[in-house]
Amino acid sequence: MNIYVLLKKTFDTEEKIAVSDGRIEDDGAEFIINPYDEYAVEEAINQRDAHGGEVTVVTIGDEDSEKQLRTALAMGADKAVLINTEDDLEDGDQYTTAKILEAFFEDKEADLILAGNVAIDEASGQVGPRVAESLGIPYVTTITSLKIDGETVSIEKDVEGDVEIVEASLPILVTCQQGLNDPRYPSLPGIMKAKKKPLEELEIDDLDLDEDDVEAKTKTIEIFLPAEKEAGRVLEGDTGDKVQELVSLLKNEAKVL
Amino acid sequence: MSDKILVIGEARDGELRNVSYEAIAAAKKIKADSEIVGVICSNDDIESQAQEMIYYGADRVVTIKHENLKTYTPEGFGQALMRVINDESPSGIVMGHTSIGKDLTPKIASKLETGLVSDAVEIESDGDNVQFIRPIYSGKAFEKKIITSGLTFVTIRPNNIPMLKRDESRSGDVNSKDVDVTDIRTIIKDVIRKASEGVDLSEANVIIAGGRGVKSADGFKPLYELADVLGGAVGASRGACDADYCDYSLQIGQTGKVVTPDLYIAVGISGAIQHLAGMSNSKVIVAINKDAEANIFNVADYGIVGDLFEIIPLLIEEIKKIKQ
Repeated sequence: MNIYVLLKKTFDTEEKIAVSDGRIEDDGAEFIINPYDEYAVEEAINQRDAHGGEVTVVTIGDEDSEKQLRTALAMGADKAVLINTEDDLEDGDQYTTAKILEAFFEDKEADLILAGNVAIDEASGQVGPRVAESLGIPYVTTITSLKIDGETVSIEKDVEGDVEIVEASLPILVTCQQGLNDPRYPSLPGIMKAKKKPLEELEIDDLDLDEDDVEAKTKTIEIFLPAEKEAGRVLEGDTGDKVQELVSLLKNEAKVL
Repeated sequence: MSDKILVIGEARDGELRNVSYEAIAAAKKIKADSEIVGVICSNDDIESQAQEMIYYGADRVVTIKHENLKTYTPEGFGQALMRVINDESPSGIVMGHTSIGKDLTPKIASKLETGLVSDAVEIESDGDNVQFIRPIYSGKAFEKKIITSGLTFVTIRPNNIPMLKRDESRSGDVNSKDVDVTDIRTIIKDVIRKASEGVDLSEANVIIAGGRGVKSADGFKPLYELADVLGGAVGASRGACDADYCDYSLQIGQTGKVVTPDLYIAVGISGAIQHLAGMSNSKVIVAINKDAEANIFNVADYGIVGDLFEIIPLLIEEIKKIKQ
């Protein structure tokens, strides 16, 4: 089976966020594989181990993205592809990303494409469905279980807490939700092997695209932090007094009762 | 010619979700004098839902009824909506950023080769230039976005843009459209209901959320009672879900639901950053925790340090008094 994983490098949101000149400051920040994409990598490896085939991890990024690709290879993926847009693109949006991936997949025969259901940085969740649509294959988002039997695919999909049982067939694109699996940590031998696994680097030119073909349709004009919250009030007194005061504050000051 | 904005309505259990009405208000914010056309796909009787959309500000509504629209699939709803979009040629589309909205809108954006702003919480417009504000980095920052080319296509986060006042004197046409919906490649075999009955967490005005401090599934009972008194819903931290005190469908946080109720009462929740990502934009936050150093107190408007099992019953009594 030909399995692909769409992977994004993200800022670790456990980091403190600072903004300068309308941009998130990322000097010296820790970058990680988007946590939802880790579920996708883990699932891809499990499906390959069960059904045979090959797992290729694809990312769009810059030369630093190699680090996250090597991590995915160390987890057990077979090959990696870095589409490096550093020199060609200033600002892209989800349209841009999906266009590039569409061109990448044009000459591939993917049976299964996995992605995270959302990236924790920009959190749009658009790229998976966009890519499936442009490749003309069906998709199921926020999956929590994936069983493949021949060409038949049985999926459990999280729908705001309810579970939908979905049946489809290959080829398909799925986006992964928490609960699908427990992503492994790369083992030491895995890390050693990953260094020798193939990592192909492409630019958009190699995909017969130029800047205009992938020009963003939306633009971020400002990034800002939420207003600092005033320190809250910790109520004093015995428990009965505190509760009475809370109810009175909620009613008269906050006006939410 | 004035602009035309499609608002995609979303029904659940026979009624439109609040976010569909909020989407009408959002469309008005994008362009006040635009014609607002509601769209509802279903297999139910949708006349009354269409009428509600008009009461809440839509100028007219297009309905599509088909047995293949009984449960949502991206291909079924995609076909129906593409037909409406082709017939109406709107300048904008607005939908709720719900499970269905998230799933469907990127497909349509891809078909239309257009941009899409997902999960907006605020819309600013001077009539010509529209700016969308949306949370990024799990709500730790916000970005302001504009659409540089093509359709004004946006999904809005529930509970952020207030719906317009319901006005029963409003009237408008409701037209049903025949669309043949075929070739669905993802078949919904079954739906297992796990989310609690009653108030929907993502749309609740009041949420009582419990954490590890609640100590057991039984410990959640007083939280349900408090939610009941306040007409709210019960949520939980990941810790409480991991410990099996409640179902994952209640989880609020980075890997759960993101909520912005008017009142969020965090009970026995320490306030891990992943949890804050799901609730820190709530309008008023109350923290109840026995650990005075708990991080949750840093985001709370009001805090009580103490034993939740003593505090919650008292709170229920006090609220009952003022609700009488």
